[in-house]
Amino acid sequence: MDETNRPLRFAFFALVVRPLMMIVLGTNVRRGELLPKSGPAIIVANHNSHLDVFALMNVLGLGRLRLVRPVAAADYFLTRPLRRWFSTRIVGIIPIDRTKSRREDGKHPLEPISEVLRAGGIVLLFPEGTRGEPEQMVAFQSGVAHLAKRHPDVPITPVFTHGLGKALPKGEAILVPFFCDMFVGEPLDSTLGKNELMAQLSESMGRLKSELPVQTW
Amino acid sequence: MMNHLAPEVRTTILCLFAALTVASLLTLAMKRIWPDRDFHELRCRVRTWWAIVGLFSLALMWSPTAAIVFFGLVSFLALKEFLSMTPTRRADRRVLFYAYVSIFFQYYFAATAWYGMFIVFIPVLMFVWLPTRMWMIGQTDGFLRAAGSLHWALMVAVFSLSHAAYLLVMQPGEAPRYEPNFPSDIAQQYPGPGLLLFLILVTELNDIFQYMWGKSLGKRKVAPLVSPGKTYAGLIGGVLTTIFVAVLIGPRLTMLDVPRSLIAGVIIGLSGFAGDLCMSALKRDLKIKDFGATLPGHGGVLDRVDSLIFTAPLFFHFAYYCYG
Repeated sequence: MDETNRPLRFAFFALVVRPLMMIVLGTNVRRGELLPKSGPAIIVANHNSHLDVFALMNVLGLGRLRLVRPVAAADYFLTRPLRRWFSTRIVGIIPIDRTKSRREDGKHPLEPISEVLRAGGIVLLFPEGTRGEPEQMVAFQSGVAHLAKRHPDVPITPVFTHGLGKALPKGEAILVPFFCDMFVGEPLDSTLGKNELMAQLSESMGRLKSELPVQTW
Repeated sequence: MMNHLAPEVRTTILCLFAALTVASLLTLAMKRIWPDRDFHELRCRVRTWWAIVGLFSLALMWSPTAAIVFFGLVSFLALKEFLSMTPTRRADRRVLFYAYVSIFFQYYFAATAWYGMFIVFIPVLMFVWLPTRMWMIGQTDGFLRAAGSLHWALMVAVFSLSHAAYLLVMQPGEAPRYEPNFPSDIAQQYPGPGLLLFLILVTELNDIFQYMWGKSLGKRKVAPLVSPGKTYAGLIGGVLTTIFVAVLIGPRLTMLDVPRSLIAGVIIGLSGFAGDLCMSALKRDLKIKDFGATLPGHGGVLDRVDSLIFTAPLFFHFAYYCYG
């Protein structure tokens, strides 16, 4: 399952992502100690920019990099050869096809994520499903609740991110330096039912969002 | 290497490191004496000072240009903090990009001692260009707030701070108003490093004096709503101590004579206080405590250079008027 190129992945995160996040961008993390120390664990975050995943993986650190696998859309990231190579080998995504509800081999569509969790990985999930309008949160999709049902013992940590949608929003090529905020919340109760869990997640995200000092005009 | 540093400049740098060593030893001793009290914040603060002084003196020892690049980096970090903390319009992304690019040009003009461009680039050229780029984008909602706060960001984070960098390449004019009083032969050729060290040293010491005097005496507050810790007695005591220190080190470190050092002390003492309070007012408006966490124990870069934002351009123009 793990088809990442480990040395290259480590080098990319140590020599490209880290300096980029330290000098050009910058992260302002609150309660980083609540992030899972080891797997299996699920981190859910809102999605504003391609940079979200790199910022989050950078905050998790090089020590945990081996464990960290972001979930991403197969129908977007596996389409072109170079993008496919970079996504699977370097970023180490778990590709999930958003367009099909059943896989050809008859397995559950979330099965690849379950495999990673069983192997002790830290899965990053962006339940908004798309970057969308930058810095506008939309309703979360319920995939995370299905995962919780399959893995009731795995902690789910919510993370609210803000700012990277200003640095590099969808459809823009110029990177403008900004600090990004990353507010970590208390882990959710993964034993809850689907609706209760989704309600708890949105409530937790709303609370984290209200910590932002300033709003945009 | 180091041929551009006069002996008095080298001595000052050594004194800085000696002072930091004393500070580190003191914090260690305090931890020994009161093991149950928490000195984490203080130790962070001292450690960050080591990093700041270390990086700065390395750059300064390498060459004046390296020190100017160091200030350019400080400006970049300060501008990033400012723009991240103040509201910006999403439509203005391209405009913000130009604001960042202007740092490079401003410090290029400083490094090449191109005074004419240095002094008009941000207050005139960027003043015209940024709003022009904004009307081209065409969003009129919040235009004044966006244009105003962006220009203020550039003035604070780039224009003001670049004056400290320009000191490094400053040379006395053909017919200065006052005769420069060089402390050494190297200083005659490279008067810049001494002036810069004087500015930074007196500005930072003024911060400390204001804090200590404000803590120890005075009841009437200067600006109770902005910074409740600042009293009139503290302000007067702080400025007087700053003047004393400026007179003491000015003639030994720079081309300033005693009367000019005294005036520089008044300028730095008062404007450092004003710059500090101005940034406090801004933080209160934005409802934040610090501009960031880049410097552990200090907050953001802007929190550290708050006084320098006002002292650098004022001291620069004072020196330029007297000797330029």
